[in-house]
Amino acid sequence: MSGAAMPMSRGGRLLRNPGFVVGAAIVGFAAIIAILAPWIVPYDPFAIDLNRRLVPPSFMEGGVPQNFLGTDQLGRDYLSRLIYGARISMVIGVLTVITSGLIGITLGVLGGFYGGRVDDFVVFCITTRLSIPAVLVALAVAALRGSSFMLVVLVLGLLLWDRFAVVARSTTMQIRNLDYVAAAWCAGVSRWWVLTREVLPNIATHLAVVATLEMALAILLEAALSFLGLGVPPPLPSWGLMISEAKEYMFFQSWVIIIPGAALFVLVLGVNLLGDALRDMMGTDLSR
Amino acid sequence: MLRFFLRRFAVAVLVALTVLTLAFLLTRMSGDLAISIAGPNATAEDVATIRRVYGLDRPVWVQYLDWLGRALQGDFGESYFFRDRVANLIAVRMPVTLTLGLVGLAIALVVSLPLGILAAVREGSWLDRGVGLVAIIGQAMPSFWLGLVLMIVFGLQLGWLPISGVETWDGYILPGVVLAFSAIPSLTRLTRSGMIEALSSDYIRTARAKGLSRLSILVKHGFRNAAIPVVSIAAVQLGFMLGGSIVIETVFALHGVGYLAWESISKNDFPVVQAVVLVLALIYIALTLLADLLNAVLDPRLRTS
Amino acid sequence: MSALLEIEGLRVTIGSTAAVRGASLVVNKGETHCLVGESGCGKSITALSVMGLLPRGSRRETTALRFAGQEIGRFNETEMSRLRGDRMAMIFQEPMTSLNPAYTVGSQMTEVLRRHRGATRAQAVDRAAELLARVGITAPGLRLGQFPHQLSGGLRQRVMIAMALMCDPELLIADEPTTALDVTVQAQILRLLATLQKDLGLGILLITHDLGIVARVADRVSVMYAGEVVESAPTAALFAAPEHPYTRGLLTCVPVPGKVRRDEPLGSIPGVVPRIQPGFTGCGFRDRCAQATPACAGAIPHQQAGADHETLCVLAPGWKAAA
Repeated sequence: MSGAAMPMSRGGRLLRNPGFVVGAAIVGFAAIIAILAPWIVPYDPFAIDLNRRLVPPSFMEGGVPQNFLGTDQLGRDYLSRLIYGARISMVIGVLTVITSGLIGITLGVLGGFYGGRVDDFVVFCITTRLSIPAVLVALAVAALRGSSFMLVVLVLGLLLWDRFAVVARSTTMQIRNLDYVAAAWCAGVSRWWVLTREVLPNIATHLAVVATLEMALAILLEAALSFLGLGVPPPLPSWGLMISEAKEYMFFQSWVIIIPGAALFVLVLGVNLLGDALRDMMGTDLSR
Repeated sequence: MLRFFLRRFAVAVLVALTVLTLAFLLTRMSGDLAISIAGPNATAEDVATIRRVYGLDRPVWVQYLDWLGRALQGDFGESYFFRDRVANLIAVRMPVTLTLGLVGLAIALVVSLPLGILAAVREGSWLDRGVGLVAIIGQAMPSFWLGLVLMIVFGLQLGWLPISGVETWDGYILPGVVLAFSAIPSLTRLTRSGMIEALSSDYIRTARAKGLSRLSILVKHGFRNAAIPVVSIAAVQLGFMLGGSIVIETVFALHGVGYLAWESISKNDFPVVQAVVLVLALIYIALTLLADLLNAVLDPRLRTS
Repeated sequence: MSALLEIEGLRVTIGSTAAVRGASLVVNKGETHCLVGESGCGKSITALSVMGLLPRGSRRETTALRFAGQEIGRFNETEMSRLRGDRMAMIFQEPMTSLNPAYTVGSQMTEVLRRHRGATRAQAVDRAAELLARVGITAPGLRLGQFPHQLSGGLRQRVMIAMALMCDPELLIADEPTTALDVTVQAQILRLLATLQKDLGLGILLITHDLGIVARVADRVSVMYAGEVVESAPTAALFAAPEHPYTRGLLTCVPVPGKVRRDEPLGSIPGVVPRIQPGFTGCGFRDRCAQATPACAGAIPHQQAGADHETLCVLAPGWKAAA
């Protein structure tokens, strides 16, 4: 999504879209927190203090001012862990989108651009991928290889490329068949020229929409994997892992799961709002 | 028409075979299976025994063909942990998962269709925007967390519904609602866009010119045409729901195939994991095939050409 | 002859466009009234506002809107829907998309009779088959079971006509019914409409931009321009002595065998139909009119140019002859 491909009027319209403004604010805030995490956390998120376990947030009964969001079942500061969790979610989201984007866009553009057998093959890959239950396979691979941060990124990247491929393929096809592209074609320009000058710049904005939606999905799936104990390994404070670890106490102290879950929900909502505003502007068709 | 379906069927078979191969590779490419099965405390001798007993000392392609041949006959081998035929294990647990999936789909449809139709009829109004917001919120909801929160609210605080298990029918309600949440956004959006397209078409103007009732115009003439893509997506969503059942079943401790897979993963019981992946994939493939058939039934332009 | 449909002072605003600005016309029982004009002049909007089928976001005002002597301008949607398809029916320009692709011809035809007359299925099917035969469709029994996509454009328009006749309406509004069809099919459809009108005593409001059609089928013509009826007259009078400069312009655009010589260029009207904002006064044609004077920006009088011949222009009737 380059500035050149998005004239000012579009930028102006985006700023008047409340969904875009709220989404951008949420995602921007999360990004800043993720980057600055080591410098802004009040405490070491890994420091265990068994004498001060499950202290409620300071705004609740029994809370103390030192721990704004309380402490977890091992006495670690909840706010500090939450801040580091934002870092994990953002990094996983971005890295997954890069991995899956590379795979999906390559396949989709190839299929849409060359058509024929190449396209048949790409469609076959997409169909096969969609029929594989992603969460289950991700869990199985994590169990077999032992879960780690990079494995989660890799597995999610290998599983979430389908929508990139679908959108890249259909938009490439549309552009390829435009009259002026056909005219350039007839004028004897090279395939590379058509691909880099016509196709890629024109599908980039549509792919930006997919990227936001895939990022939201990747963040949710990482949390789900970590919740099931096969995502990011402890003691890393992934929000999903925080919910999983706090689950035993949720019937007595519901804030222990409400806080990380709400953070997760708000971040994903922000990313989705961004994507939705972009989609409304582009008219990207995501139905499949 | 017939040719289209033969081709469609052939592709489905090819996809199924590819998934079979992938399911086999899934367990083989992840290190030495015998060591995984034997567990951390096994001696080298134990591992060698396991390798021989499970036939893991044969060349990989022999193992593959052997496994493929059995899998095609519905024989997925024996579970290392449960000491039972894998096919039996799955057959016993499948009804729970299928019921859950159908309950989830039913709830999703009951919510999405009216919301989508209302949003389309009042396009651009606050109601339409509200429905759009509901869709975005549904999309952002982490299902496992929603499950836990609903458990706290409806199970513990209000005490209306059971917290886990499906000993009684109402045990399906909470997990069904959570599962429905994942399908509601896309179904609502599709219903809305389909209805907007249908309602702006010439045949709706004809229906109005004929003096038909509002209900007949909206449902008989409008929704009938908008429903065609909704049916395909509903089938696809059911497939995704079954695939995602592992999370919900774990949260609510429902003993379906998702939970079975979860147990097997933590016990390194690979034949079961492999088989569940396979069965869920096959169900998905069958569902999409069914969706295409249903489309042909619903769309006379497909049926009679 | 008594009036079947009387429109008086019809105004329609869609968004910020004044689509119809005080149009009046009368369709008598058993007569074909043609409404002509360029695209965008408000013909279709006039027709749709009679039926109560205006698009969302449009506002309609009338001094009077009478159907068979009854004031229907204040009718609500339920009351209008009882009239539509029963006593007044409409057919459209696009036969390809005006039928619902999901239902058979029979199903779409029978629902009209069942809705308005409470007919049984068997009665409705009999009536539908009878009408399909009436509009010249062979093997009506077979056609009833077919879907729209299995029929050609001409057949679909015949089905639309038959469907419109299900309840024996008094008024049929046809909005450019032949524009989307092949020339040979056009002639057949027009002949069919003319026959039906004679046999059933239908009042027809036919909207078209084709003066050839007007000359062939119309009893009476109203010329519309920029949301106003600028001239209204019996067909023969209008063709013989057009008064309004716009009508004259339209007529010179059409080759008339015997009247126009081979090498003589056809006339044309420079410019396009303007989009009129609410609050516009004066003649909408003045920017394209060769006879325009400063008076054209003021109030324009309705003038009698002969028996039953009315024009909306500042020029005195017979100005051309005088010049």
